[in-house]
Amino acid sequence: MLDVSALLFWLLAAITIAAALAVVLLKNIVHSALYLVLTFAGVAGIYILLQAEFLAAVQLLIYAGAVAILIVFAVMLTRRGDIKASNLYNFNYLAAGVVSLALLVIIILGNGRMAWTAAPAPAPASNVAAIANAFLGRYAIPFEVAAVLLLVAMVGAILLARGGKPER
Amino acid sequence: MITLNHYLAVGGLLFCIGLFGALAKRNAIAVLMGIELMLNAVNINLVAFNHFLAPDQVTGQIFAIFVIVVAAAEVAVGLALVLNIYRRRLDSNIDDLDWLKW
Repeated sequence: MLDVSALLFWLLAAITIAAALAVVLLKNIVHSALYLVLTFAGVAGIYILLQAEFLAAVQLLIYAGAVAILIVFAVMLTRRGDIKASNLYNFNYLAAGVVSLALLVIIILGNGRMAWTAAPAPAPASNVAAIANAFLGRYAIPFEVAAVLLLVAMVGAILLARGGKPER
Repeated sequence: MITLNHYLAVGGLLFCIGLFGALAKRNAIAVLMGIELMLNAVNINLVAFNHFLAPDQVTGQIFAIFVIVVAAAEVAVGLALVLNIYRRRLDSNIDDLDWLKW
């Protein structure tokens, strides 16, 4: 008997993988960007299945919201030539396919060989409080470093994208 | 019954798709999309391990959040670089971006 969570898992996995394949295989980069949003939403659904609701919300806000908008903006600002052929392969796509397939075979073989002894104890009802305690307690210094990293990235992105004088 | 191996297989498949996109694409923005797919695959693995092997802790989710932070910083700086290169060269084809080679 197929229970509901297994059905949801297969559905979400199929959506995520199909959308990721569309991102890589389509020739129009605008379609690729839109399917990227679908992939991110599917990953958020998988987080909900894994009882990581806070992470699902973060995924939707940051990836499906901010990162996707950034990518669409960059596509619009750098568009040139025919949009129908804006996302082609480069010269070494055969080697890339061979490497990716080999890695996939290795991962699937190793994954099938490994039997994890999973003992899923009942998770806490809400793990937002546990995440907050970890961030402001044990992981306080990485938390602050991440804040500094975001500030540096923001300043750097503004400085790079603003351009300034072309020749100095 | 969905086990940890199912989630790891999804993560591995997503990682390989992203790797192919990052290696085989000509447009620099498409390469960044492939890298984002790979980072998402890693996050699925982290959260799945957290859920199945240590459900009383949140360490995997903490790591996933840090990965998301670094990915957001990376995509912002990367897209700014692409925009700057496009403004100077009118091109975002990575086969032509080789003027650091001698």
